[in-house]
Amino acid sequence: MAEPEQLVVEAQRQATAATTLEELSTVRTAMSGKRSPLVAARKALGDLDPEARREAGQALNAAKTAIDEILASRETELAAAARAEKLAAERLDLTEVTDQPANGHLHVITQTWQELEDVFVGMGYRVAEGPEIESEWYNFGALNFPLGHPARDMYDTLYVDYGEPGSTLLRTHTSPVQARVMENQEPPIYVVAPGRCFRQDTADATHMPVFHQIEGLVVDRGTTLGDLAGTIEAFTAAYFGPGFTSRLRPSYFPFTEPSAEFDIRRPDGTWLELGGCGMVHPNVFKACGIDSEQWQGFAFGFGMDRLALIRFGIDDLRELWTNDIRFLEQF
Amino acid sequence: MKVLLSWLREFAPDIDGSPEDLAEILSDLGLAVEELSHVGQGLEGIVVAEVLATRPHPDADRIHLVDVDAGDGEALQVCCGAFNMAVGDRVPLAVVGTTMPNGMEIARRKMRGEWSNGMLCSGAEIGMGDDHEGILILEQGLSLGVPLAEALGIHPDVLFDLEVNPNRPDAMSVMGVARDLAARLGVPFSVAAPKVDDTGQTAAERASVSIAAPDLCGRFGVRVLDNVPSGASPRWMANRLLAVGQRPINAVVDLSNYVMFELGQPNHTYDLDLVPGGELGVRMARSGEQMTTLDGVERTLTEADGVIVNRDDEAVGLAGVMGGASTEISADTRSVLLEAAWWDPMTIARTARRLGLRSEASSRFERGADPDIIPMALDRFAELAAALGSTAALGMVDAAGNRPESITVRVRPERVNSILGTELNAEEMTALLKPIGFNSDSEGDGQDFDVTIPSWRLDSATEIDVIEEVGRLHGFSQITRTVPVTEQAGALTSRQQDRRRIQALLTGMGISEAMPLPFLAPGDLARAGLGDDGITVTNPLVAEESIMRTSLRPGLLKAVTYNAARRTTGVSLFEIGRVNPGGGGDLPDEIEHLAVILAGQKATAATALWRRLARNLAVTNPGVVNGPVDGLHPGRSGRVMVDGQPVGALGEIDPQVLDAYEIGERVAWLEVNLGALLDADRGLAPYRAPSRYPSSDIDLAFTVPDEESSDEVSATIAQAGGELLASVALFDVFRSDQLGEGRRSLAFTLRFEASDRTLNDAEVAAARQSCIEAVTTTHNATLRG
Repeated sequence: MAEPEQLVVEAQRQATAATTLEELSTVRTAMSGKRSPLVAARKALGDLDPEARREAGQALNAAKTAIDEILASRETELAAAARAEKLAAERLDLTEVTDQPANGHLHVITQTWQELEDVFVGMGYRVAEGPEIESEWYNFGALNFPLGHPARDMYDTLYVDYGEPGSTLLRTHTSPVQARVMENQEPPIYVVAPGRCFRQDTADATHMPVFHQIEGLVVDRGTTLGDLAGTIEAFTAAYFGPGFTSRLRPSYFPFTEPSAEFDIRRPDGTWLELGGCGMVHPNVFKACGIDSEQWQGFAFGFGMDRLALIRFGIDDLRELWTNDIRFLEQF
Repeated sequence: MKVLLSWLREFAPDIDGSPEDLAEILSDLGLAVEELSHVGQGLEGIVVAEVLATRPHPDADRIHLVDVDAGDGEALQVCCGAFNMAVGDRVPLAVVGTTMPNGMEIARRKMRGEWSNGMLCSGAEIGMGDDHEGILILEQGLSLGVPLAEALGIHPDVLFDLEVNPNRPDAMSVMGVARDLAARLGVPFSVAAPKVDDTGQTAAERASVSIAAPDLCGRFGVRVLDNVPSGASPRWMANRLLAVGQRPINAVVDLSNYVMFELGQPNHTYDLDLVPGGELGVRMARSGEQMTTLDGVERTLTEADGVIVNRDDEAVGLAGVMGGASTEISADTRSVLLEAAWWDPMTIARTARRLGLRSEASSRFERGADPDIIPMALDRFAELAAALGSTAALGMVDAAGNRPESITVRVRPERVNSILGTELNAEEMTALLKPIGFNSDSEGDGQDFDVTIPSWRLDSATEIDVIEEVGRLHGFSQITRTVPVTEQAGALTSRQQDRRRIQALLTGMGISEAMPLPFLAPGDLARAGLGDDGITVTNPLVAEESIMRTSLRPGLLKAVTYNAARRTTGVSLFEIGRVNPGGGGDLPDEIEHLAVILAGQKATAATALWRRLARNLAVTNPGVVNGPVDGLHPGRSGRVMVDGQPVGALGEIDPQVLDAYEIGERVAWLEVNLGALLDADRGLAPYRAPSRYPSSDIDLAFTVPDEESSDEVSATIAQAGGELLASVALFDVFRSDQLGEGRRSLAFTLRFEASDRTLNDAEVAAARQSCIEAVTTTHNATLRG
């Protein structure tokens, strides 16, 4: 019968020789299994006298503990190695992507539209909407453009075949929304109305028969031209950023008086002519059923398309409408 | 409207300041300066030269060689890109070494192998008119080699090109602009009364005017001038006209234009010998009446047009728009009838617009000319003509129609400040108004005051008009800026928020937003399988923009075609836009649609997208019903349902439509009525805490006839599974010969769970069994395996 110390040495030798968990399992069976010399030696203990039995038993127990430790330690080593090997086999080049999901892109007009809405919502405005096919009344009549007035000529209006000839048109500006809001809402009113507008225009780099405007309307007690100028200035700072300022120049629109053009001054000192504005004309208030002695207001409006072009560095309006994916995916 | 600084100073000599500052001030007054240019300057190196010969460039078509004599008798060769000169013409030559007004240096250089010793100049290049095309042909008789400025009597000047708004009839004249500018600068403004030595017979003895249309013609003044000059106008006048963009013609025409630019009163000259008896009348035209205008065009008139007629009731002028050819001045004209009239603005605007004849005259009349300026305009013409040897018959004929009445407006200082946001007192207001002719009776007590509107401001008639003038003269830039404060919380409506939610979902799914034109060409809808054309545009510029869309489909199909033609297939696009399906009340129905086009994908991709959309919007009861839809693949199309009502369609585009659009891949399609969708019953189901107990999954596969939709089978399972069924999902579909024609296998995963216990095998088995029975009996299905 082998000495317990020899069994430990043998177990150490075999465990070290095992290079896989499977081999180690065989070693385990051989060195500590039911048929192992260790177990055989234990069974043989009964034949010894009590003194020798105790001594031999202690030696066997110590060998058993040592062998278990050897096996466990080797198992840990081999398991780690096996895991490392498996992971090494699974190595991936993380830049190998063949099914990259695309990003969808909002149209530059929508992006501009939403930015503008957000600026005005932040200033306490609600967002109003109106129909794109509009009546002659809301587009012109309610806005103090009398029938046959030359000022109507400033708008190259597209009409549609609906109702009486000349009664129904594609709105030439978002201003009809002013009239609709004033008819339907008691002042105070703080709204903006972004929307699509139409004019009889030949498409080129700077003109399209369809375009987008945003309109602002404030009706409150004692609203002044100074409030209008201050609001334009506050919007300018909020939308364009620090260093941009604004100015108002007298102009003419039938639905506002006094009327003004407003320009944005860039930090480099150049000017961007942005839009028109003014104090709501008493005739417009009258047409919408608001007492102009009780309430005063201002309105402003400007084009979104050109803003989008400038913001994104696009040089041709027609690009907005091609739906070329190479265009859409840039923004 | 172009004005010269020197001309403005004839009315307000003390106008001072840099041209740039003056331009700023004009803009601040509402007379936007579109362009500021220095004219008559930098002409030092430009001399009068004579064309000796012209010949082709041996090596270029677009330029030719011109020999000129610049005063030394030598032939100097110049390459020139304009061909409008003839041998013997006097032309401006920029000699070598000259720096042009635009900064260009003239050097001796070779152009395609030929020497060019200077440059011949167009009018635009030297600040004389707008002509960029041809070389400016100078008058004969100018001495060769003389500096052009000296030869033409040109002085350095500043030209302002102003944008004049429709409410500023006064600013359509040098006088009016000077009045505004002087008012702002606080310098004197005055108009010298023209001096006329009229003599002999009275004008009334030689001419008469009868006004049969008094609403059209408020005033009609006539002077009779004899010995009118037949040659060119004086150089100083021609130079001014050239500078403001009016080509000099001859003395009489130039005088007429000069007076119009200066005083804003259009006027017209008739050859007196061609007006029998000197008799003129004014009436409305007859429908279909014809006359030939000065431009040689025969015009057919309507009852809305005004005409000037002769003794025989023949139209000799189109009121306020253009004179007639039959009484035109010629080289033989000795005596003229000079007309200065006031015409109804609206009538003139309509006639000019209808005939497409916007003239300098009509653009002034339609703003509203000054009826009081008429005698002065006649006198000014006579005065200038007298310097050229003309004489004037005594006095004028002054016929009156219904001229606009003088208006007085009550102004409340408090109201002025309330609108403008200023703190001006009544005296400050009247002081601002007085220099522009808005005279008032303010007593200096701060009380309301009356303002008399000047005759040259017919646009002004109410208090707000006067308030605008106060603000304008005070300066918008001087007004303190404030931001009004509202108690309202800014917000988007739920519809606006939903749109953004949809946009975020779709872009997050890799679908980009398209923006097709909302117009269609005739037949576009039919080509997309959508039936008849929608609402038509009455006056489109091109046929492609003549139909309003009834669906977003043609536009998005076109976008797919566009990209496919540029070698990008498989594009996914969406649009949210309005359509006009026909019908409506006061206005045509206008419905907001959402459409998604998925090129390269099959119909079920649209269904999957619709389900995500519905879930995202928390639509309570969304569905899909198979069935044919116009323009979609008949076997791969269906209705999008909400609460059992159709709100749209989905499927694949009909292959025939794809062919018409030259699209070579399958295209999945979804289009919904966004309003109907968003207004449907929506909201999350009541919250249920996730169960703490394990769930049990079972798979069931059925053989189901094709006409039974998977959705319906799924719904049957959901109902049969009852409370315990947590979810049911289709995970496999297949067809095979064994299953037979018209049937397919649908495999579902069912998950059962309870919130209060672990389900035992018997419970799951019972639920499973009731699901199987429900499906097999309801859908003519058999359980597989």
